[in-house]
Amino acid sequence: MKHQQDLATYNFAYLDEQTKRMIRRAILKAIAIPGYQVPFASREMPMPYGWGTGGVQVTASVLGPDDTLKVIDQGADDTTNAVSIRAFFQKVANVAVTTQTGKATIIQTRHRIPEEPLSENQVLVYQVPIPEPLRFLEPRETETRKMHALEEYGLMHVKLYEDIARNGHIATTYAYPVKVMGRYVMDPSPTPKFDNPKMHQCAALQLFGAGREKRIYAIPPYTQVVSLDFEDHPFEVQAFDEPCALCAASGVYLDEVVLDDRGGRMFVCSDTDFCEKRRESGHVGAMSGQSGETVQ
Amino acid sequence: MSAVASQDVFRGGFANPDFDAQMVFRQIMNALARPGTVCMIDAFTEPPAPLSPCTGAIAATLFDADTEIWLDPLLLERQEVVGWLTFQTAAPLAETGFDARFALVSSGDLLPPLERFAQGTQEYPDRSTTIILQLDSLEGGVPLVLAGPGIKDRHVIEPVGLPPRFVEQWAANNSHYPRGVDIILVADDGLIGLPRTTRIEPTDGQEA
Amino acid sequence: MYVAVKGGEAAIDNAHRLLADRRRGDRSVPAMQIEQIIEQLGLAVDRVMSEGSLYDRELAALAFKQARGDMIEAIFILRAYRTTLPRFGYSEPVDSGTMQIERRISATYKDLPGGQLLGPTFDYTHRLLDPGLMGDEAVGTPPRREAGDRQAPRVSDILAHEGLIENDSDLPDDHPAGDLTREPLEFPMARDVRLQALSRGDEGFLLALGYSTQRGFARSHPFAGEIRIGEVEVEIDVPELGFSVCLGRIQVTECQMVNQFQGSSKSPPQFTRGYGLVFGQSERKAMAMSLVDRSLRASELGEDITAPAQDEEFVISHADNVQATGFVEHLKLPHYVDFQAELDLVRRMRAEFLASQAGDDVADNGVEAAQ
Repeated sequence: MKHQQDLATYNFAYLDEQTKRMIRRAILKAIAIPGYQVPFASREMPMPYGWGTGGVQVTASVLGPDDTLKVIDQGADDTTNAVSIRAFFQKVANVAVTTQTGKATIIQTRHRIPEEPLSENQVLVYQVPIPEPLRFLEPRETETRKMHALEEYGLMHVKLYEDIARNGHIATTYAYPVKVMGRYVMDPSPTPKFDNPKMHQCAALQLFGAGREKRIYAIPPYTQVVSLDFEDHPFEVQAFDEPCALCAASGVYLDEVVLDDRGGRMFVCSDTDFCEKRRESGHVGAMSGQSGETVQ
Repeated sequence: MSAVASQDVFRGGFANPDFDAQMVFRQIMNALARPGTVCMIDAFTEPPAPLSPCTGAIAATLFDADTEIWLDPLLLERQEVVGWLTFQTAAPLAETGFDARFALVSSGDLLPPLERFAQGTQEYPDRSTTIILQLDSLEGGVPLVLAGPGIKDRHVIEPVGLPPRFVEQWAANNSHYPRGVDIILVADDGLIGLPRTTRIEPTDGQEA
Repeated sequence: MYVAVKGGEAAIDNAHRLLADRRRGDRSVPAMQIEQIIEQLGLAVDRVMSEGSLYDRELAALAFKQARGDMIEAIFILRAYRTTLPRFGYSEPVDSGTMQIERRISATYKDLPGGQLLGPTFDYTHRLLDPGLMGDEAVGTPPRREAGDRQAPRVSDILAHEGLIENDSDLPDDHPAGDLTREPLEFPMARDVRLQALSRGDEGFLLALGYSTQRGFARSHPFAGEIRIGEVEVEIDVPELGFSVCLGRIQVTECQMVNQFQGSSKSPPQFTRGYGLVFGQSERKAMAMSLVDRSLRASELGEDITAPAQDEEFVISHADNVQATGFVEHLKLPHYVDFQAELDLVRRMRAEFLASQAGDDVADNGVEAAQ
């Protein structure tokens, strides 16, 4: 077959150089206009749209042979999609990988920000499904673009306030909108609002890639990121009643693990690397003896 | 192009386009993400004078057939410069600064007023010119105090060769936010990013 | 806890091996060859090429085989390959007027120069299962007619001679055709980019939308002016040579709908156009595309926008099946972090609700006691 040989040859990090240049230019503009969504000509990637193609394109355009990559999904390195994306970069870029937050130079994430504070030499790349924070209030791109241009964010406040009126709470628990540098309202991606404060004045560069929706945005290091709220209903994060059952950490985000069908459950760190490190250094949770490795 | 296509235009590009471009890009990205920090790049390129190797490396990293570029009059009259950029990057020349995605300016005194470049629109503020301004040095000049996103507290830079009244022009550029240009200052000792969000703060007893 | 498993890599590996096994199926049945797919499942290959936006029968057939016959998966595989290909240049517009025609029909004229050619169509087959195809029954050679040099001018050109139909396009001749695979989408779109999006849009989605216009959701009184299928030359302009060079021939299906006329006090009535062009042989897709092209021209033609098929942002944003399948299917990825956040809030709100109910009861009792 004429194609058999040349089919297997892909560029370093999969993307061709022209595509990388286009994405790199978008990243630079995104950094210069924090929170503003830069349109880019997103490419088809060899994984489905909605499965991290935006994050993968950003990572592929930033990544070099000297980098160490960490990929997490739901805070964990061993979730199947994280494993798949990490394997992709090992294959197409032969890059060093790690599960340790502190050792990574680039961390690609879906739905969480690591518990361990990030440092100046790190880049956090978020996978974003719907980058437009106003999308569920106004489905039309032509309209939301105008709203951003005019800094017309009243609708968002009305929505949040209606929540309070109906439920007594702001009913948004994840993808909680933030305002960046006092100008753009931005979707932090579907991270739990627990993670929002970590974005504020973060030492690391934060890049956001939405492949299907064809947008890239950024928060430079040390940038003001404020979660929207009201004076009488200030923003607050989730608090858990008990510490991690494995490492006894409190003040971290926990996953609920159902143990049986009689209401038995335990709460464990969502950030698996953070939890493992604590256990290695001797922290013991209430149920650390009986959990062991979870099974398939 | 045959008239200008001396052998030189074919030489001096990236030896390893993918890896060289990645390393240069990371430094440009760091420079714009951490304004004021001097980022070092391995030059990788040998463009014809007066383009510096660092400037050549930035051009080879960011320019291509999709980016119209504006050149200052000095660069424009050097056929070997135009030929090198055309051959190495395929970037078309912009008719005016308003049409340019990038501008190459070989020294501070050739920098036109910033409002002569694309500012982006309120809907698409990203459609603005990034100016690459070549300077004599990034150290030893009048100190400028920078603040804004990417800067933890304050950052002092001392570039040599910025045009007069640059501080006022930059303040005006700030005031159009989110519209405005972004600047990359380049010298042999590295590069400094000045995104439109960076403010130059008044210094005590110093004239800018 | 399917996600928190250690050994995700092994699980993925094993899943891939099982997939390969299922794809191959019973080993006693001979493996399907790419040539067989190209030759015998040609319309499937055409759809993969068309919506995969890559004209290569061999790769499309490979993608189809690799996808176990799942069309959208095959289209996706081909797109992901296409996106890595370097772009050497842009071809000149193809001239469907000089097409080597295999099928050509017009619903607007009984006869016309070049004639009506039925070609290889299902149209008048009776849809009865053919037991002969259970085996490898010999198939005779069809009668052929020498092509000769008979010209078949396009029906739209015939109408245009009389001024009866609007011009092909308002775009200036030197308008560089957009490329939606290289530039970010922006609404409203120019028609050239919109047609690209439709040409690689999902056949089923466009079919449903086109159908909706026939049922009154933005009715456009369409006549199938002409459908033609055949081969056209692809040429590329080589500046160094100063002339165009033919790269080869591709098969395309073109549909020109002739739609509702328009006129005003300033200009006499004219028919309007809807256009469809796809790779390979796919009349259904080309016809649906031309209906949707016409309905999306509503604002250009000053018509009220009342129906889904007229809403450019709605249609174009949702026409791409690779995007659609990815996002719909991504719901099977773990979302437990966000679900935990919702659980926490719902539990808290329920507790508050129950507490306030209990409080009301206490208050009521208190009132009763006081009485």
